[in-house]
Amino acid sequence: MDSGQLFFLFDRMEQSFIGELIRNSIWMFPVIESVHLIGLAILGGSILMGDLRLLGFVLNSRPINYVINETLVWLKLGLVILVSTGIPLFLSEAIKCYYSRAFWIKMSALTLGLIFLFFIRNPLCLKTEKDSFRFRLVGIVSISIWATVAGSGRWIGFS
Amino acid sequence: MLLEFSIWLSETEWSIALHESLYLYPWIESAHVLSICFFIGTLIFVDLRLMGLAFNKLSISEMNSKTLPWTIFGFGLMVLTGLLLFYAIPVRTYQNIFFRFKLFLILLGGINIFLFHRQMSKEGGKWDEENIPRSVHIKASVSLVLWAGVIISGRMIAYNWFDCDRQPQPDWVNWAASCMIELSQMEDF
Repeated sequence: MDSGQLFFLFDRMEQSFIGELIRNSIWMFPVIESVHLIGLAILGGSILMGDLRLLGFVLNSRPINYVINETLVWLKLGLVILVSTGIPLFLSEAIKCYYSRAFWIKMSALTLGLIFLFFIRNPLCLKTEKDSFRFRLVGIVSISIWATVAGSGRWIGFS
Repeated sequence: MLLEFSIWLSETEWSIALHESLYLYPWIESAHVLSICFFIGTLIFVDLRLMGLAFNKLSISEMNSKTLPWTIFGFGLMVLTGLLLFYAIPVRTYQNIFFRFKLFLILLGGINIFLFHRQMSKEGGKWDEENIPRSVHIKASVSLVLWAGVIISGRMIAYNWFDCDRQPQPDWVNWAASCMIELSQMEDF
């Protein structure tokens, strides 16, 4: 797909019914954005609890797999809230996103974060009970990726 | 008095510099949003534990004492960045009804935390073996609702729908925002 086709696709998404609906409303964007932030609190909290445990900074008396496991369902809930509010927010300003560097950084970091979370961090951590140095590494990588996702997400609004 | 203070603050050199900065203000704003994860993100899990929805193997006292440092760290970060954000735009923020409502919710959240801690220090020792009392469940639910409200009203500060310089506004808005309505604005010629 060349950039012309991609732009066409983004243009079509911006013209979509949902995009139109949100753009024509004063309050819908702010309200969806607020729920998006509540999703951030849930997902961010879940990831932090797990990553801080990996780094040895919280609930050290409990095994890693227990902490990761307890946060998993809330992590997924946060993710569902974020994606289901993020898509309509995107549809309402797809062209702006197309030209926003922050948007592309966020989408790249998000893809990386999801792959890392579900294919590396969780499979690795749900098996093991013992701490080791490599878990600290996993925790640092995870925190860095998700901080980039959330941080660049905020910067979409500044452009 | 507070309005005079805000006006004075807005005329200080650093406030103007922060307000006009291209990168510093967005960076502080981003840090403010990211600290939600530390403050409210960790607080959520204590509330979930109180409701019996997560970390049930841990005693309430252990869950609370182990996560509290991170909640306090997050709160400190929020207050620090929040004060800087206020310092950058003092007058408009002071007169913003969402900002005022947010402070009110934070106050309620603080009272809720105080009541919970008082109850825990009084009878918390018994909670670990027995069922958690209903009043604790209620405090945990109230906490979740209040802090979600803080996030929502905080996000809304960005919108100028009810700003004092956008008249006419309903009387209750001008009252809640303590707008100083000049005669020239009220007379609609």
